[in-house]
Amino acid sequence: MEKLISDFSVGLFFWQSLVFVALILLLRKFAWKPILNAVNAREESIENALNSAEDAKKEMANLTASNERLLNEAREERDALMKEAREMKADIVAKAKEEAKVEGEKMIAGAKEAIEMERKAAIVELKNQVAALSIDIAEKIVKGNLAADDKQKALVNELVEEVNLN
Amino acid sequence: MTKKVFKIFVLIVFSLSSLVSFASAESYGHSDTTQVKKSIREEIKETIAHHLQDSYIFEITHGVSFPLPVILWDGGLHVFSGSAFHHGEYTVESKGNFYKLYHGKIYKTDSEGHIKYDEDHHVQNEKPVDFSITKNVFVIILMSAFLLFLFSRMAKRYANNMNPGGAAKFLEPIIIFIRDDIAIPNIGKKHYKKYMSYLLTIFFFIWFLNLAGMTPLGIGVTNNIAVTFALALLTFLITQFTANKNYWGHIFWMPGVPKPMRIILAPIELLGVFIKPFALMIRLYANMTAGHIVIMSLIGLIFVFQNYFATGAFFGLTLFLSILELLVAALQAYIFTMLSALYFGAAVEEHH
Amino acid sequence: MTIPNIVGAGLIVIGAGLGIGKIGASAMEGIARQPEAAGKIQTAMLIAAALIEGIGFAALFAA
Repeated sequence: MEKLISDFSVGLFFWQSLVFVALILLLRKFAWKPILNAVNAREESIENALNSAEDAKKEMANLTASNERLLNEAREERDALMKEAREMKADIVAKAKEEAKVEGEKMIAGAKEAIEMERKAAIVELKNQVAALSIDIAEKIVKGNLAADDKQKALVNELVEEVNLN
Repeated sequence: MTKKVFKIFVLIVFSLSSLVSFASAESYGHSDTTQVKKSIREEIKETIAHHLQDSYIFEITHGVSFPLPVILWDGGLHVFSGSAFHHGEYTVESKGNFYKLYHGKIYKTDSEGHIKYDEDHHVQNEKPVDFSITKNVFVIILMSAFLLFLFSRMAKRYANNMNPGGAAKFLEPIIIFIRDDIAIPNIGKKHYKKYMSYLLTIFFFIWFLNLAGMTPLGIGVTNNIAVTFALALLTFLITQFTANKNYWGHIFWMPGVPKPMRIILAPIELLGVFIKPFALMIRLYANMTAGHIVIMSLIGLIFVFQNYFATGAFFGLTLFLSILELLVAALQAYIFTMLSALYFGAAVEEHH
Repeated sequence: MTIPNIVGAGLIVIGAGLGIGKIGASAMEGIARQPEAAGKIQTAMLIAAALIEGIGFAALFAA
């Protein structure tokens, strides 16, 4: 210990302190500050780049999500439209069928009516003709009776055949 | 592969060069004719002591050296060249005062250069206040200039390039390590910024000086107690001057402790305030000194045994310990920085 | 260096060595148990070892 104290050089201590403090101040100004600032700036820029990349990634995800949503919406809309169209089609077809049916029934009814009327007219005509024929026959019979029996018979047959033919 | 080979080559050259420096120091001891021939053990002891000592000339290798200015304050400023002492053989006259270099220290003497001793063989001569640019001071200034050059150049590269190459590629991870693994966990995100300059400077300063001390130039600065004292003192001062109320509260009036205990604990805590930087100082000094002594002693053992087997064995051991010392150089810088950060963290800790 | 000094230094080295050894052993166990916390354990180990070492050195210089 005494040797250490006796060996202690005041001059060396003085110069060391002086030079070292000067060195700290000079290095701080000319080296550490610029270097640390540059390193910090670089680290910050890297961090910023990473953050922005992260943001971009998130935005990308958002974009895909919204795309998906839009697509889904469109699909739903399309489905709804299709359903509506199908319903409309079915409606129209049903209506048309109904209308056709009603129309057909109407036509059938009309036709039936017409047929009935024709038939009635035909019956009336037939009655008239039968009446006329009967009168004719009666006329002929009356005439035949007046001639001969055979002739009367022939005449009746002839008339009956005529009627049959009619 | 070539890189690996290169690394191994550097390591071998490294340990070889320290061997060479030792050998040259050895021959220097031999050439010292003024002293009687000593045993090789004594010589090794002296060489190690010489290696660890500060000097007034900068010796690059044996024989190649340049003098450094001696600056003394002794009732006036005395400036002369460090070579004037001629390794302590000459007495130097400056403005009517006489100085002599004795065991690496400058003493004031009479014109004949007599050194007076007391009974315990302690030198009684007066010592002038020594502000010389010694070898250690010179290395500190040189290393500071180098650090300033290195890091300001590195900082300039950042001005126009976000990810610069060159030295920045190697140094930037260390800077980020100090910020993320030393400063932020120990001081906290809120306060760490104001300590960053100090922590970074002290880490690189100690680390680079430790590494410089491992070169064969014998410029171990961090194994000098005055240097580590200055560093620890700075940590101490910064801790005390940036401390908040909570820190002092924890020292003098600990919350959550019974009152009688507080009275006992306060002096202990106060003592701790001084012991912490003291341990910081001693740790760095002792580690670096011990490392140098061990490595130099191992090399010295080669000269003690002087046979091929011992040469090989101690060469290997020295190589191994040199690699260990490389690790210790960084580890001590790391621990000094880490503990400084820990103390700063305690100083600015918020009440919780 | 007197004999009591040397003995004292030896005792200090034994004590500090045991202490640091214990820290190292516990840290190893901790790392083996929780390899993911290796960094934190290492840091804590170094700090604790450094503190013991500091006291050890202080005592060595006093001895």
